[in-house]
Amino acid sequence: MTDARDTGFIPRDRAWHPAPYHPPYKTSVKRSPQAALLSMPSTLGEETGPVFGHAMLGELDNDLIHNFAQPGESAIGPRIVVYGRVLDETGRAVPNTLVEFWQANAGGRYRHKKEGYLAPLDPNFGGCGRTITGEDGFYEFRTVQPGPYPWPNGMNDWRPAHIHFSIFGSGFAQRLITQMYFEGDPLIPLCPIVGTLKDPRAVEALTAPLDMNRTIPAAIWERR
Amino acid sequence: MKTGPVKGQEITIRGIVYDGMGAAMRDALVEIWQADATGLFPSAGEKRGKADPNFTGWGRSPGDMNTGEFTFETVKPGQVPFVDGRLQAPHVSFWIVARGINIGLQTRMYFADEADANAVDPVLTRIEHQSRVSTLLAHPEGDGTYRFDIHLQGPQETIFFDI
Ligand SMILES: [Fe+2]
Repeated sequence: MTDARDTGFIPRDRAWHPAPYHPPYKTSVKRSPQAALLSMPSTLGEETGPVFGHAMLGELDNDLIHNFAQPGESAIGPRIVVYGRVLDETGRAVPNTLVEFWQANAGGRYRHKKEGYLAPLDPNFGGCGRTITGEDGFYEFRTVQPGPYPWPNGMNDWRPAHIHFSIFGSGFAQRLITQMYFEGDPLIPLCPIVGTLKDPRAVEALTAPLDMNRTIPAAIWERR
Repeated sequence: MKTGPVKGQEITIRGIVYDGMGAAMRDALVEIWQADATGLFPSAGEKRGKADPNFTGWGRSPGDMNTGEFTFETVKPGQVPFVDGRLQAPHVSFWIVARGINIGLQTRMYFADEADANAVDPVLTRIEHQSRVSTLLAHPEGDGTYRFDIHLQGPQETIFFDI
């Protein structure tokens, strides 16, 4: 979707986005609308959206390693930097937009979810963060690599390691939740939730490659 | 959504998201976006004037842990023009996500007590099955509260939009 003011937003490409009804993901069966969506042109209410200023951000909002940790302590797990850009459908940067992220800890356990998985909580890891994109649509945060976890669907289904993302965009019609996966994870093609994507290129687009050029040398990590 | 004294009629919106088994969903997250009482959006994209400075226009409700009911303390929105300049009936944009909703659902809440404006609303009048218009109406319950339940499936399935 672009925000060309004279013609309105471009409708979402529904073949690229996840299929609402996907029986291997059992919960989707009774939670997917059955009637066709009603098409409508975007109006001001769809093309405008809430404003979030940098002033609302805390200093550690984009540092999940430290934003829940006791003073002098930090989260357990492989430390990583996640970065990227928020772009609209025509490839233009989306500046000053709120990006939120949440994830399981390095053992695959969520803090805020009532769940039965036996992996331990990390007392120094909350699992939530947020940031606002720069003028070029750029965002970046530090965290620990999340662990995969089992979930009740099939007899033995495991979520590949992933980070949840929430993006606002420039208009409310662009509101989006998605997930990021990690290059080389063998659980990706087995996952019924990933399977809601019908185009393999869409899965690829959600899979973050390792970028050694943007890694931080150990000596610099130590200083934080 | 209110950061100080606001213009217009203050209202409460409540509702429950139901799945195809008719069960109340307790893991749904609902967000809304709307104009202020005079029909202006508190947004950078609003070029027609300055919206009420004490109104954010945006709300997020995770729903009650036990009942799943979402709640928004807001104002009744004013009228906003459609793409051709005709005025739309007062409405609130909704976005719903939950486990098993693979792509967020977009809908609109209109007000049952705005019958005259609803009857000529450019979006409501383009709905092929007019019997489904009622799925977009919030009903006043007194004390400024409006109820807007959302049904993902079944005979009362809410109309969702492709925008
Ligand atoms: Fe998850």
